[in-house]
Amino acid sequence: MIQVKKLVKRFGPLTVLRELDFKVSPGEFVALLGPNGAGKTTLLRILATLSRPTSGLVRVASFQLPQAGPELRAHLGVVSHQPLLYGDLTAEENLIFFGKLFSIRRKRIQEVLELVGLAERSQDLVRIYSRGMQQRLAIGRAILHNPRILLLDEPHTGLDQEAGEILDRVLKDVALEGRTVVMTSHDLVRAANLASRVDLLSRGKIAASTPARDLSSSDLVDFYRTALRGGERA
Amino acid sequence: MKNYLRAVGAVIWKDFRSEWRSRESLSAMLVFALLVILIFNFALELDIEARTSLSAGVLWTTFIFAGTIGLNRSLAVEKDRGCLDGLLLAPVDRTVIYFGKAVGNLLFMLVVEAIVLPVFTFLYGFNVFQPGFLVVVLLGSVGYTAVGTLLATMVVQARTRDILLPILLFPLTLPVVIAAVKASQGFFQGLPLEEFSVWLNILVGYDLIFIAVAFMVFDYVLED
Repeated sequence: MIQVKKLVKRFGPLTVLRELDFKVSPGEFVALLGPNGAGKTTLLRILATLSRPTSGLVRVASFQLPQAGPELRAHLGVVSHQPLLYGDLTAEENLIFFGKLFSIRRKRIQEVLELVGLAERSQDLVRIYSRGMQQRLAIGRAILHNPRILLLDEPHTGLDQEAGEILDRVLKDVALEGRTVVMTSHDLVRAANLASRVDLLSRGKIAASTPARDLSSSDLVDFYRTALRGGERA
Repeated sequence: MKNYLRAVGAVIWKDFRSEWRSRESLSAMLVFALLVILIFNFALELDIEARTSLSAGVLWTTFIFAGTIGLNRSLAVEKDRGCLDGLLLAPVDRTVIYFGKAVGNLLFMLVVEAIVLPVFTFLYGFNVFQPGFLVVVLLGSVGYTAVGTLLATMVVQARTRDILLPILLFPLTLPVVIAAVKASQGFFQGLPLEEFSVWLNILVGYDLIFIAVAFMVFDYVLED
């Protein structure tokens, strides 16, 4: 579903991704962990067609980047740590707007509002929503067009415990529908609970990869530290 | 083509809906424009002759300054909550964003002009309700917003975008402002059309060239 080979991304003199290899199979939920500056967001932005690779092969849902444009974006749903929503529109108006861009029927908008638990607050302006509600609506926006691939960039940023748990439930429901999911996170335990595989990105390369079910909380911390030291040596 | 136009329409609808709720851009543009018109009127105390030659310049200075406020605000709204990324993720050609934003900006500018022009007529004593002059206003505004939307998108990532936009925009729109002022003067002075039709031709040419340029380069302007 996602295939990345020898991906390099430079911003001027700064090399963020260094010949990175990465593969995700259909239906897999991959958590991408790593310290700040490791290149997680950059990788996700390239996969989402928001940034061009400097060199290397990137293939998403059988489309090759950066040539693929609107055709690929019809299969992608993206959630960022920013909500990507308009504060002066209501939740329903936000989804109507994005629905028009994605040629979605009105009936689907109501379904999505119910799925993310915001049907009763759909006429409220997004700017008065709590951070957790905004993030749930952001997931609603991302799955509005039933994308095959979901890219989630630190979706739990700024959420309290309860809002985080609600978001986890929504993400599990979404993943259970057979979508391919790549999620970046700093929360090791939460990421491992949600994902089927955990990859660690360090200094622009995948430093380690392991199935999530094999890891207890303490294993996870050991895995993270060991892989990180290995990545730093390389 | 139908999907393309529907997506452009959606961007315009969204901008108007947001503006209707916040009234941030239009009110700022309008208050600014009315103040400039008023200040020039009292500061210059023009006699009839000077008034005839300077009023078109005063009017267009007002329009472009007010327009710059709208352009800055229009793209800043997209940047502030990451909404620009939301637009870029839509499965449509990215020039949809350009045309949606440019038409929205143009309509905001025309609303402000529609309110400013009667005040201008009252203060400066020119009849601006001539079809030819209104075409000049439309062509000048199209040229200004066509370039302005492109440049506002370019500078939206910069921290100093409020300063950067006028620095880049004013030199680039000099031809359209000069042509609009000269053509407006022609109408104010009651000259025969053939004496200043060259300025109208320049306005039409400028508009077509910059809309085409924006269409070709907009995708590259959005890259990080």
